[in-house]
Formats: sequence, structure tokens, C-alpha cells
Amino acid sequence: MRLPPQPGEAIDRAEEVVFVFNETRVSAFRGDTIGSALYAAGRRVFSRSFKYHRPRGLLCCTGHCPNCLMTVDGVPNVRVCTEPVRQGAIVKSQNVLGSLEFDALAITDRIGGPFTPVGFYYRTMIRPRRAWPLYEKFLRNVAGLGRIDPEAATHRRYDVEHRRARVLVIGGGRSGREAALTAAAGGPGVVLVDETSRLAGEKLEGVEVLTSARAIGLYEGGLVPVDAGGVLYRFRAERIVIATGSVEQPLLFPGNDLPGIVLPSAARRLIRDWSIRPGRRAVVIATDGRGLDVVADLESAGTEVVRVVDLRERDLSSLEAEGRKGLRRVRVDGEAVDCDLAVVSGGRQPAYSLLAQIGARVEYDAGRGVFVPTSLPAGVEAIGSVTGAGLAQRVPKPAYAGGKGKCFVCVCEDVTGKDFDRAIREGFDSIELAKRYTTVTMGPCQGKLCHLPSIRLYAQKTGVDEAAIGTTTARPPWGPVEMGLLAGRHLEPVKRTSLHFRHEEAGGQMMWAGAWKRPHSYGDAAAEVRAVHESVGVIDVSTLGKLIVEGPDAATFLERLYPNRFADLRVGRIRYGVLTTDGGRIMDDGTIARLSDERFYVTTTSSGSEAVNEWFEWWNAIWRYDVEIVNVTGALAAVNVAGPQARDVLARLTDADVSNAGLSYLDARELAVAGVPCLALRIGFVGELGYELHFASPAAEHLWDRLVAGGARPFGLEPQRVLRLEKQHVIVGQDTDSESNLISAGMPWIVKLEKDDFVGRGAVELARERGIREQLVGFTMPDNALPAEGAQVVVAGRPAGRVTSARLSERLGRVVGLAWVSPEHGEGDEFQVRVDGIERTAKVALAPFYDPSGEKLRS
Amino acid sequence: MSFLLPCPHCGPRDVNEFATTGEVLVRPKGKPSITELTDYIYFRRNVAGVQREWWYHRQGCGTWFLAERDTRTNEVLKVELPG
Repeated sequence: MRLPPQPGEAIDRAEEVVFVFNETRVSAFRGDTIGSALYAAGRRVFSRSFKYHRPRGLLCCTGHCPNCLMTVDGVPNVRVCTEPVRQGAIVKSQNVLGSLEFDALAITDRIGGPFTPVGFYYRTMIRPRRAWPLYEKFLRNVAGLGRIDPEAATHRRYDVEHRRARVLVIGGGRSGREAALTAAAGGPGVVLVDETSRLAGEKLEGVEVLTSARAIGLYEGGLVPVDAGGVLYRFRAERIVIATGSVEQPLLFPGNDLPGIVLPSAARRLIRDWSIRPGRRAVVIATDGRGLDVVADLESAGTEVVRVVDLRERDLSSLEAEGRKGLRRVRVDGEAVDCDLAVVSGGRQPAYSLLAQIGARVEYDAGRGVFVPTSLPAGVEAIGSVTGAGLAQRVPKPAYAGGKGKCFVCVCEDVTGKDFDRAIREGFDSIELAKRYTTVTMGPCQGKLCHLPSIRLYAQKTGVDEAAIGTTTARPPWGPVEMGLLAGRHLEPVKRTSLHFRHEEAGGQMMWAGAWKRPHSYGDAAAEVRAVHESVGVIDVSTLGKLIVEGPDAATFLERLYPNRFADLRVGRIRYGVLTTDGGRIMDDGTIARLSDERFYVTTTSSGSEAVNEWFEWWNAIWRYDVEIVNVTGALAAVNVAGPQARDVLARLTDADVSNAGLSYLDARELAVAGVPCLALRIGFVGELGYELHFASPAAEHLWDRLVAGGARPFGLEPQRVLRLEKQHVIVGQDTDSESNLISAGMPWIVKLEKDDFVGRGAVELARERGIREQLVGFTMPDNALPAEGAQVVVAGRPAGRVTSARLSERLGRVVGLAWVSPEHGEGDEFQVRVDGIERTAKVALAPFYDPSGEKLRS
Repeated sequence: MSFLLPCPHCGPRDVNEFATTGEVLVRPKGKPSITELTDYIYFRRNVAGVQREWWYHRQGCGTWFLAERDTRTNEVLKVELPG
């Protein structure tokens, strides 16, 4: 079926490429596309249409129309007319029941017409209501595009790359190439992107050429995302030159979707690029010289051109195509002309979409019968036929009459002229509304082949001229984009502490804690809890946020940020602090140690370090205090040594005085432990005598090893959660949420209203005056049922709160927890909690369950 | 949004590198009434025009600065460090 070798052909006949189409081996040449190889092998029906399952063949051969969508190597909706052949590719037809030649669903075309008008699924299949899921399932099966086969999901990698260009030229036609060369003469940094592969291997002096790369949008700031297959380039350019050219438009007439009816671009490419004779007998009907030029191509390929209609010279009163699985004849003004190919062109429409996206005005040019961009925003230029230049053409009739066949305005969505009549009759009197109702321009071609014809038809049917109708809004993307490309490469950043490998070696079960990986436990959480209560444990708390706040105004600065006092905090002492917003929300908590008059060491929660740093910096940008804030979270490691024997372990590793008098509860000291300079904070989140050591992270493994060798048993997050719950210590974000304030969360004691203004003061005062709607309380479960976190609190059969934390405390022999309940609940009051669907009794306990007086911490 | 925002330290950068707290607000002084407080916390002028805003170069130098931006066009007329 191939023509003899001809100059300029895109195929390399020396290299055979074989792929499989629906179980049949198809032979092709290097340089073929899957579409051209199938055409050369005699295939004419390439797909079945969206709604009526009509046979469809190659139409544009430019990757615009939906007629050649197939599934290639498991990827659905590939336009095979532009998809290069690959050795061994598996190509399958899609959206058919049976085969492309005999699609059982084609019955919708024969009998479905009157029952399936535009928007029918909103009207005819709504009763009974509860049957809609069935209808929907049926409709989705019979209509639509390819299927995503999760089994066949290929592990393709998608990347995003940020690029810069001095001049970015979009479109590699003659105008685009000239513009790129001219720009390149003025210096480096010129990039040309072209969505076809026509420039592959071509060298443009001083220009970087990206082929098979499609600019999918034009955004503010000169941002141009370019789809280059496996990579999305985010281009920023100083100058953007749009040379996207124009798109050949189809003619509207009954039967205009039959295989064998093609645009000039398809005939030209089949002959010139792939040396295929597109048909035996052809009719050519066109409105411009470019469309009529194809006659010479056809004749050179040995196609007999039996009729040429130059619509510039005379218009037709009727036009109609006949055939079943392919074109048999056309009737031109009623006269039957037998043919198997009809090349039709309704002229060319400037591809202005990118320009319109960035704000160019687009207006109707009555002389050329097309829409053209009339004003461009700064930094964007347009050249070539996208501006309308060189488009000498006559405007064809919006639609040609004839016979009874369907006349398709939109081949993607199977929208016919009758659908338009109906939409107009039903009152969709603007083109934007008619578009949404009929879904014209909303299919895979995104209006490239139907936008202009639909407006022409709309003008004819309503009597309003095209200029008054105007265009619909142009939106990205200009072409179809794979979802994977937008998602980018699958990356999941993880933060590891400097003790990460020690945890793994010790059998730590690592879990996500925000962006961090932390040990849940080392295999026996209960034993780890016991170790802390009875002897000594050690936990890696390097994830805590750590800020140094230093300067003459440091104390004043912290006074204004926190609701409690810091000006009177003595050097070497520590105070607990809770940050609240001006709205009253509890934001974060941590400890603040005063290291000198002007130097404070602030810790934050593990997830809050960046937010707190940002928060501190923001308030200081407003207040302009003489203070520096340094985030040392990553530089310092931290461990908490806790348990009745913690002092003994520490004493063996340091010369410093760590006696209860020398380092009392809430003291902060700089001392050396196992030779490592540390900041030791005597605090106790887990409720036992404890020392939090902060030190340079490179020393982490050394110090950890010495502590473990000294008898401290590593414990993970889960035992820590049990231990802190026994003390009713709140975890911000776990036990509090965006509604929680200091009063309702049971921390009114931290608020010092006698001091000057602080962030959140107004909201805290208000909460105090107006009362609270719920409160955070501790509870026990007398029957020891363990509620899930988030379990519902029920009072008199109604939801009245929620459980935020609950654990079985082995030491106390009880289930303990924290819950939000209504404020009238006092010590010992009961409420119900839903556990596995059954209401269980819970009892309010306002004091810590373990060591309520805090003696252990102070001992 | 994809405009370029000129950081006073780093120069023009993709707006996605920045965080913003929105328009510059006047925090009520002394003990605010509930109306003053809720106005400050919840209400914004939301102008269609030039607005003074706080921006933070989160993925850059970590500086808070003030910008005057036209909310209709995203044109940034001026950026400055506070004070």
C-alpha cells in the first residue's frame, strides 16, 4: 500500500518496527506513527464515537481530534495518529463492544437518536431516583473513553523542571522558526517549543529546540508549562512569542463524520510523510488555497481526483456524504459522486487559545470569518497565522443541508446540528450556556475543531452575527495532559533524627510523626513504660523544635508572645509556655529556659518548630524589638532520661552536681555528659524524675550509647503517650484543636492578666468573661473499656463531646483518657462514651492520675 | 497565582516560595470590645485594588516583608522591609 520512495518522506524503509494491534501483528517503518502504520495496513475505522458508537477514521492527523484514540501499552486515550511506532507496543481499540467493525453498541446510533437528545441523562433516566446508580453505571460503560487498567499501570516517572528563557517561541512553523532565529541573533537563551515532531533532528543556530513538547497554558508572570512527555518544564521567559498558527476547520454537512472524510492536513501527511495513497477516488471541497493545494498531492500519489469544489468561487446549496463503515459517495448539490475519500476544509482558525488565556482580546474578523486576537498583554508577542495574517479564505455556509443523516458539529461529544436546534429552542441563548448544555467544545479536542463551526452554526440558527455572539472563555490546558505529569514525581520527604539508625538497630518500630520517622516502641511498650516508672528510660526527643531568642529585648519579646511571665524568670530556670493566637486558639507549647539575661532557649512541639519560628519572626517584624531568633532544631539532638534512677545514670557520666539541690526541678544548666557539652533541662513530660539533654547532633550516637550502657532503656512514642496521659499532660493538636483556648483546655492558671498586652489577651479575656462551651477533662473508665481516639461522648442520648486520648495504664490498672465535655461536669461526674457502638460509663477525674502532687518530678 | 514576587533580599521569585498573612491589619490597643476584636480577627477589607500585605519568604531567606500588590492584576508595586 506504500508509494514508491519519495523525497522528504519521514519513514526509514530500512528499519522495520512491529507492534501488535488487537492481537494482530502490524509491520511499520521507523518514522511511522501507529496511526499511519494502521492506515497503510488498510485500516480505515480507528474508533467508535463517544455516544452513538459510529465508526470514525483518521480526520486531522495532527493529534487534535478524538478519532484515533486507542490504548497503547495500557495508557488509554493515546492519539495514535501522532504516536510514534514502538517495537512490540501493544495497541488496543477502546470504547467498543465487539470490534471496531462490528460494535454492538452502534445500536444507539440507529434507534437511540430520538431517545438520546442532548442532556438526555439529566432528563430521561432520573426515575425512579434510586435507580440512578444503575443508569449511571450503564451509561459509563457504554459512553466514554478508554479504561484505566490498574493492573497495567506502568511505573512511569514524571518530573517537573523549572527553566528560564530570554525568549520562548511557541510553535515551530515558518514564523516561529524565523522569530527564534532572529531572537538568537540577539544573544543566547532562546528556546523554541513545538508540539509536533517535525523539527526533530533539525538544527536552528543558537536556538534550543524542544520537539513533541506542548505549551499547555500561558499564566501570569510569563509562566509557560510545557508538556514534554515525561517531564513538565515550567518556563519563565522575558519575552514570549506565540506562533501557534492556525487549525484547519471541518465543514458541517450530513454524514460529515464518515471514515474517509478528512481534513487537508491528514491527506497531506499521509502522502508526504508516510508515502501512503490515502484513497482511490477523491473529492476535494475547500474554502482556501491551502485546502485546494492538496489536489496536487493527491494526484502525485495516484489518487484520482474526481471533483474539486472551490468554495471561494461558488457555494453549494446542499452537500451530503453516504456510506456505512466508510465513505461511498458524496452528493454535491444533489449530484452523486462516487468516492472513498473526501478532503474538506472550512478554512483555518487562528490557534489563539494561549493568547486569550493571558488576557488578549479576541474579536470576530468578518472579512476572514474567524476570530483573531486584537490586543496583546505586555511581554507577549504573536506572529504568523495565529494573528490571522495570511488567512485568505471565503466563509463557508455554517452547515450544508441534505438527506437525513446526522450532521456533527462536535465529533468528540457527538453533538449534532439537531442538538443545537434543541438547545436554542429550550432557551440556551448565549454561547456559553449552549456550550455547557450541549457540551460542544468540551471533549478531547477542547474546541480545536468545533469551536468556530459551533459559533457559525449558532449564528445561523439564531440570526445573531458571530461578532455579537463572541467566543467562550479559553482555559488551560491547550492539549490533553496526563495526570501523572501534573502530579510530578512521587516524592515523600522524610526527616530522620541523628539517632535514627540506633532506633532501627534496637528494633524500633518506626512510624510517621508528621514529617519525622520516630520509634513507636522497641517491641514491648508495656515493658518500656515499666522501665520509666521503676528504673530509667531514655527517649529521643530531637524532633522538638528548638529556638534561641537572644538580645536586649528578649524577655520583653517573650512576655508579649506568651500569656505568662518571662521577665521575672531567673537565669538558669525553666517555665512552661503555651502560645495562643489573637483569636484565642492554642497554637503550640513548650518550655522556655533562661540561659542568661538576654538569652532564652525555647522548645516547641515536634510539628510546630517551623510555624513557631515563622510566628516569632512575624511578630518581631511588627514590633521591631532588638532580638535575634535562631532556629537550631536541626543542629541539636535531644534525649530525655527519665525514671527514678535517672540521676544515678547521669551522675555516672558527668562531674557536674546533679543532686536535687544542684539541679532542681525546672533548672537549666550547661554541663558535660560523657564528654559532650549539653544543656540539661530538668523537666518531666512523662511524670518521673527527668533530664532533657540538648547537645550538638553529631555527638548523638555517642551519648545515646553511653546512656543505654549506663542502664537507661530506650522507650518509644507509644510508652511516652501512656506516661504523659497518666499525668494528664496535654498534647497540642492531639487533645486540642482549632476551637480550643487556654480556659477551656484547663490552663487558666497560665494566663497572667495583670501583665501588659500579649498576643491572644483579648480572646482569653473574652473566653473568661463569656464562659466556655466545653472543657477538656481527664476521665477513667470504671469497666475498663478502651474508647478509640475520637470516640463520641454521649449525654442523654445526644452527642456531647469527644475523646481525644485514651490508654490502658498498667500501673494504675485503669483505662485513663482526656475528653471534651460540657463545662458543668465536675470531679466524679459521669458521662457516656461510645465504645464499639455501646455506651459505656466514664468518670471525670480532674487531677493527674499519677503522682497528682508532682512529688516524683521534684524528688 | 503564578506571578513573580520580588523579595527585598532575593529578588523576583515564584510566588509559591512565599507565605502570606494577607493584608496589614491594625491590632486593637488596650482592652478591645468584642466588636473590635472580631473585626480584627475575622474581617478583611478585601479590596479590589492596591493592598498592603505581609509576605514571608518561606522557601528562601526567611524574611517577612511588606508588599503593595494590586489584587486585580497581581502587579506588585512596591516591596519593603518593615521599619
